[in-house]
Amino acid sequence: MANSIVNVTDATFKQEVLESELPVLVDFWAAWCGPCRMVAPVVESIANEYNGRLKVAKVDVDHNPNIAGQLGIMSIPTLIVFKGGQVAKAMVGYMPKDQMKKQLEGVI
Amino acid sequence: MTAKVWDVVIIGGGPAGLAAAVYSARGGLSTLIVERGLFGGQIFNTAHVENYPGFPGGLSGPEISQRLEEQAREFGAETLLAEVLEVELKGDPKVITTSEGEIRGHTIIVASGAGARKLGVDGEDRLIGAGVSYCATCDGAFYRGKKVAVVGGGDSAVEEALFLTRFAEEVHLIHRRASLRAAKILQDRAFSNPKIKFHWNSVVTEIIGETKVERLRLQDTDGRTSELPVDGIFIYVGQTPYTHFLRGQLPVNQRGYLVADETTETPVPGVFAAGDVREKVLRQVVTAVADGAVAAVMAEKYLAHIAG
Repeated sequence: MANSIVNVTDATFKQEVLESELPVLVDFWAAWCGPCRMVAPVVESIANEYNGRLKVAKVDVDHNPNIAGQLGIMSIPTLIVFKGGQVAKAMVGYMPKDQMKKQLEGVI
Repeated sequence: MTAKVWDVVIIGGGPAGLAAAVYSARGGLSTLIVERGLFGGQIFNTAHVENYPGFPGGLSGPEISQRLEEQAREFGAETLLAEVLEVELKGDPKVITTSEGEIRGHTIIVASGAGARKLGVDGEDRLIGAGVSYCATCDGAFYRGKKVAVVGGGDSAVEEALFLTRFAEEVHLIHRRASLRAAKILQDRAFSNPKIKFHWNSVVTEIIGETKVERLRLQDTDGRTSELPVDGIFIYVGQTPYTHFLRGQLPVNQRGYLVADETTETPVPGVFAAGDVREKVLRQVVTAVADGAVAAVMAEKYLAHIAG
């Protein structure tokens, strides 16, 4: 079964990400950003492969500047894994799937 | 897909690869483009391209990318999203190992492009994503009302410095020489923009900051050092070609670019090098698409030759 990716906003971030029981991979992106569009299919494929073990969410920083600002995000794409409401891992920039899996293995 | 032997396999879906696909697919050759992430290549990250001939008023980088992709598909080129891990260039068919399996082709066009070169100074790797950036169009908006530095003196550095003035309060352009290499029209715009401050004959020797960029250490050609407080640094000091998957099977020049002349032929029969990955004097969309067209035609000739 395909895992659906949740679009999270400034308003829903707390509930969807910080209070999630599963670890959450959050992809901070924007429409104008080429590398964000490059990493999108990788994130989608991760969502399918880790279905049940990992929740996957996206935050459009253009429309949700507060949460990106609070987390001190200054580059996109930034991918952050949250566990129990805490930042467990942050990754910046495009990376191929194999590399992203390696980064995730230690945390989830 | 494994059993099929493609007439042309193109590694890289930027302007060179997509143009090659337009020509080879239109010429009736079975054509596969292997791209690791996003069709369009580096130009996707350029906000505005105003010197692509035939388009007065300019086009956005993403628009050029999307049009090229659409045109390649229009003639039947197929695509695969995968990372190329290894290639076996000799013999026929040639074998390309990707993250999605093995592909075979009678010819290969290497159009893998190039990416940002790093400065190689202390603090750079540690602060990527925390003030160190190689993409002003991606990250510029995070610097509204802030102070940023741009390193470099070529077209990209000056273009991106101008782009950053939309957001930042001050843009410090740091260049190791006494004059810019960028096109005159860009220089004129930069010199007349009150937000851009120039630091000539200077290099960045360290990027300083605890958890994010706080300041830069600069050194000028007389050996004097100084510190410049900034919130971000955008690095445009040239490119480095993507050739790792070739594992030395094709000769490269001193700077790592594939050696091939305007025919795009490499020393290995049936293998061609097109676009930014090839050694050349000018890296622009217009030279990349020209290479792509030539490579496709050369591939066609080679195929006719081996079919005998």
